[in-house]
Amino acid sequence: MVPLSWYMFLSMVVFAIGVFGFLSRRNIIIMFMSIELMLNAVNINLISLSHYLQDLRGQILAFFVIAVAAAEAAIGLAIVIALFRNKATAHVDEVKEMRG
Amino acid sequence: MKYYLLIPFLPLTAFIINILLGKEVLREKAHWPSILAVVGSFFITITSVLPQITAGKIINEDLYTWIVSGTFNASVGFLIDPLTAVMLIVVTTCASLIHIYAVGYMHGDTGYYRFFAYLSLFTFFMLMLVMANNFLQLYFGWEGVGLCSYFLIGYYFNKKSAADAGKKAFIVNRFGDFGFGLGVFMIFLTFGTLHYVPVFANAATMIGKTVNFLGYNVDLPTLVALLLFCGAVGKSAQIPLHVWLPDAMEGPTPVSALIHAATMVTAGVFMVARCNVIFNLSEVAMNTVAIIGALTMFFAATIAIVQNDIKRIIAYSTCSHLGYMFLACGVGAYAAGIFHLYTHAFFKALLFLAAGSVIHAVHTNDIQEMGGLKKYMPITYAVFVIAGLSAGGFPGLSGFFSKDEIIWSAYASHSHVGKFVWILALAGAFFTPFYTFRLIFLTFHGKYRGGHHEEHHGGHGSQHGEHHIHESPKVMTVPLVLLAVGAVAAGWVGIPPLLGGGAHFAEFLKPVVGHPEFHGTHAEEWGVMGLSTTLVMIGLGLSAFLYLRKTDLPEKIAKGFKPMYRMLFNKYYIDELYHYTIVNPTLWIANKVLVAVTDAKMIEGVVNGVPGLIGKFSQQLRRVQTGLAQHYGIIMAAGAFFIIALVLLLR
Repeated sequence: MVPLSWYMFLSMVVFAIGVFGFLSRRNIIIMFMSIELMLNAVNINLISLSHYLQDLRGQILAFFVIAVAAAEAAIGLAIVIALFRNKATAHVDEVKEMRG
Repeated sequence: MKYYLLIPFLPLTAFIINILLGKEVLREKAHWPSILAVVGSFFITITSVLPQITAGKIINEDLYTWIVSGTFNASVGFLIDPLTAVMLIVVTTCASLIHIYAVGYMHGDTGYYRFFAYLSLFTFFMLMLVMANNFLQLYFGWEGVGLCSYFLIGYYFNKKSAADAGKKAFIVNRFGDFGFGLGVFMIFLTFGTLHYVPVFANAATMIGKTVNFLGYNVDLPTLVALLLFCGAVGKSAQIPLHVWLPDAMEGPTPVSALIHAATMVTAGVFMVARCNVIFNLSEVAMNTVAIIGALTMFFAATIAIVQNDIKRIIAYSTCSHLGYMFLACGVGAYAAGIFHLYTHAFFKALLFLAAGSVIHAVHTNDIQEMGGLKKYMPITYAVFVIAGLSAGGFPGLSGFFSKDEIIWSAYASHSHVGKFVWILALAGAFFTPFYTFRLIFLTFHGKYRGGHHEEHHGGHGSQHGEHHIHESPKVMTVPLVLLAVGAVAAGWVGIPPLLGGGAHFAEFLKPVVGHPEFHGTHAEEWGVMGLSTTLVMIGLGLSAFLYLRKTDLPEKIAKGFKPMYRMLFNKYYIDELYHYTIVNPTLWIANKVLVAVTDAKMIEGVVNGVPGLIGKFSQQLRRVQTGLAQHYGIIMAAGAFFIIALVLLLR
């Protein structure tokens, strides 16, 4: 039986990798993948705690997160394609039209 | 049905119609609503109000509660007694004739509808003023006529002198109205009400009371009376606030006739007569009224002798006659003052309208450029002479009876002040016909001196200009003739018993203004009348001698008494005095303190400073938005970290 703290630790590590990847990488696809990592870390957390607490609400919430993540990935990739068609780049440093 | 309500509200309706529809719909027909309204008011006055008042009925009703605040209660109410009835006759008669005259005079003017709209509005305010039954409504009308006066003086607003004259009239009147407003406050503080009837009924309770005013203990009746008189001094152009009236001549001539001769400027006299109960309580106030009136009468008359602008001469004459009215009020002869107000309205409106007819023909105000107009304008000439004789106090005409009544009252009041003002009144009796006929002789007699404007381009010389002069159209001459009838006959209602009359006018007003206790023998009365009439004749004769016979003599006299002539010509330098003592310091404060410090530094500082600070802050803040997703991410992460840390630490 794997103890809860291991799951929590795994979740933390995956989330930290996601945060680090999001902040350190400039390629917008990789940044998306980092976001997916963070979301999945949250999912691990939710499901392990759901199991631990014998409460299904955590698993239901995890399904919501997956659904949102799918939608986000679809829209996000569409934006990436639109961006690439306009700027011929996927590098976020070169996209700073919104600079104040 | 309160039929008398129509008297003020018909002109108000005409104003509303004209100001809304005049420009686009009525255009050249804009005079119809105004004329119909004012003539309607006239007929209601004559047919409905006057019979009731002469039958001894007094209308005094509150119709609408205007303001209620604690114990303060102001209402819109109307009081029609003999005094108001006289004013109603004066206002509606003169206003009707002048409205009709203005159709001819203002014909083709671009602001035709505007002119008639303001004229109607003025009539409304003037009627509200005279019909009020409380001081607040009096004040409402008082300020309203001042406003319309400002509109109409500055009617030709693209002419700078006219715009300035309007401002001057308005500002000078503020000085007087400030005192008047304080007077109304004092009345409310003393009596707790502003209605005429309770105030005048309890006026005697003021006797002997004092009030602390600016650190001095002042006799209460004197203070109230003098504060009210302040307003009258401003509105009726008495020394020292007379300077606005001559400048007000920049307005169109019908305005000068209606507002600055017949009605508005007499509001001060009306107010003093209305408040006679208060004035009678204070000898100081009465003497002040008499002396200010007499001085204005004398100084304005002397200025009028040397002026060359046809309307300004008549304006100074108006000042002078208003002085006569105050003089009469000051010696207690209110009925005589109102009688002069009533006759003066006719002959002075006539003088102005006749002058307007002349100006209409020759297109100049300078009497040195006129002359010999008699043969071109016979009707104008005839009515001018009638008005001049009436104004000068020629025996048998309106002006004679009222002026003689005043001079006799001053003589018979048997006080030092009475004697002093009597002497000035006699001097005025000499000057008035003198300057009036100087004006008539220079305008209508002799040879035409104008026309050198045409010489520049026409080359025909004076003949060219002279042939253009013609009599005014019927719409102007008919009102002139009707007013001339008034100038001759209006005074016949007040012929003194000495000359076989019944003094009906004084009897009519007796319930309102009382009757002074004068003692004098018939011989004295004859003597005073003879003396003043002789002076009138001398004035007339001297004028004829100087301006008809020895026409080169006036210039020699002017050269001989150069300093005096210059002083009179420059109106005793009072305008200059005010310019240096009041206008310049005020402008200096305005420019150097208010504009430079208060406005530019303080108000602009706040108004521009706050947005400036916000702008600077925003300039810094916008750097946060870099456009780099990583920066946003790290700020989010740091924020989340911070909040979680906070939650964990504070648990």
